[in-house]
Amino acid sequence: MTDLMQYGPRLFEGAMLTIAVALLSLLLSLLLGLLTASAKMSRNRLIHGIATLYTTIIRGVPDLVMMFLLFFGAQIGLNMITDLLYELYGWDLYIEINSFVAGVVTIGLIFGAYMGETFRGAFLAVDRGQIEAGRAYGMNHGQVFRRIRFPQMMRHALPGLSNNWMVLLKTTALVSVIGLTDMVRVAEEASKQTDQPFLFLGIVALVYLAIASVSEWGFSRLQERYDTGFVGGED
Amino acid sequence: MEWLTTLQAALTDHTVLSADNLARYGEGLVTTVQLVFASLVIGLFLAVPLAIGRSSKRRWISLPIYAYTYVFRGTPLLVQLYLIYYGLPSIDALRDWQYWEYIDRAHVWALVAFTLNTAAYTTEIFRGAIKNTPRGEIEAAKAYGMGYWLRMRRIVLPSAFRRALPAYGNEVIFMLHASAVASIVTIMDLTGAARFIVARTYSAFEPYLWVACIYLCLTFAILYLFRYLEKRLLAHLRPAGE
Repeated sequence: MTDLMQYGPRLFEGAMLTIAVALLSLLLSLLLGLLTASAKMSRNRLIHGIATLYTTIIRGVPDLVMMFLLFFGAQIGLNMITDLLYELYGWDLYIEINSFVAGVVTIGLIFGAYMGETFRGAFLAVDRGQIEAGRAYGMNHGQVFRRIRFPQMMRHALPGLSNNWMVLLKTTALVSVIGLTDMVRVAEEASKQTDQPFLFLGIVALVYLAIASVSEWGFSRLQERYDTGFVGGED
Repeated sequence: MEWLTTLQAALTDHTVLSADNLARYGEGLVTTVQLVFASLVIGLFLAVPLAIGRSSKRRWISLPIYAYTYVFRGTPLLVQLYLIYYGLPSIDALRDWQYWEYIDRAHVWALVAFTLNTAAYTTEIFRGAIKNTPRGEIEAAKAYGMGYWLRMRRIVLPSAFRRALPAYGNEVIFMLHASAVASIVTIMDLTGAARFIVARTYSAFEPYLWVACIYLCLTFAILYLFRYLEKRLLAHLRPAGE
């Protein structure tokens, strides 16, 4: 029990960090997902091609490798840019990539690709006739998006979003490898120090399950909200 | 054969793609493929009876299996791997077992963790496929006087496997990508080889780029294999005239 008292506060901080990483990368991935979805539906072949390349590469490379690539690679890339700036203009800059930012950006980038696919499918599921009807009423593109496309798209997107969020949550465990002290890292250290791996890693597993269960409940509430006015056909 | 000597010279010059390191990537590739393949095969064999149990109407059979899949699908693979890698060796009774020294290797623990993980996902995939068996097929089988197991073997499972194929293809790719965490517990898989070379050559970027390309190729190979299988095995479901 003393071990638990000793590591408890750090474990709690770790859990907070896990949640912060998860929520921030969720936000980033939602933004990227919307962007990717619109790029994939664009008639411009270049934009379409870039979006396709992005989703293909992301979905073909393991999260962990992606994390190493971005964490170490982006630092080198930044150094090259700052070196160049120094040579050209004499600006003395040094930007260090913080592992928190690297973790959030990597996870956001990875799940942006998955969210993009989800959003694209959901946008395509909205009846074209409704968009045309909205235009006929004199709504502009923004109004049609806000009043017609977005609310109906969400109904189709929610199951996919919920699924992506669950996978994203579990992926946050990988940030412990690039030096962030999330709850997995704290539990791993505590397990090694105290020789009680089942206690600490078990708690971490329970926290993940708890977050997953709470989000499942939250998503079903959201689904109810976006299902308003929808009358189920067969089933 | 002039190009060969040029190639050799290029390889000896190159720090990341030296012959030594190429061999390391090769070994890493073999380790990754072995680990993933072995855990998928064992996981598949575990998942079939588990999925049948999970679809059972008897709650004392289906509930424990649901608990298992819920826990393994709801927690990160890394946590499961740590639990097994640090957890099992902390059990005294297991450490005193006479075969302990044979199994106390990171590869074994990774294989156990991966197998349990993929079995949980595959169980749920199969359960979904079993649940979606057309009602009429089961009624027809019953009308023919088939019992539960005969029905399962002749009617439900063969069509469920086919229906599960697309989702199972995703699971195989997911497992390939998830297997990269093996490198965290000192296993020299593809990612492990990259980490090793990064540590030795001080080139922080290229090795990861290189293994990312290998993973990408493996992913495409799996993708095309499953597309081919789907075309063959799901031919009867294609719309007429295609």
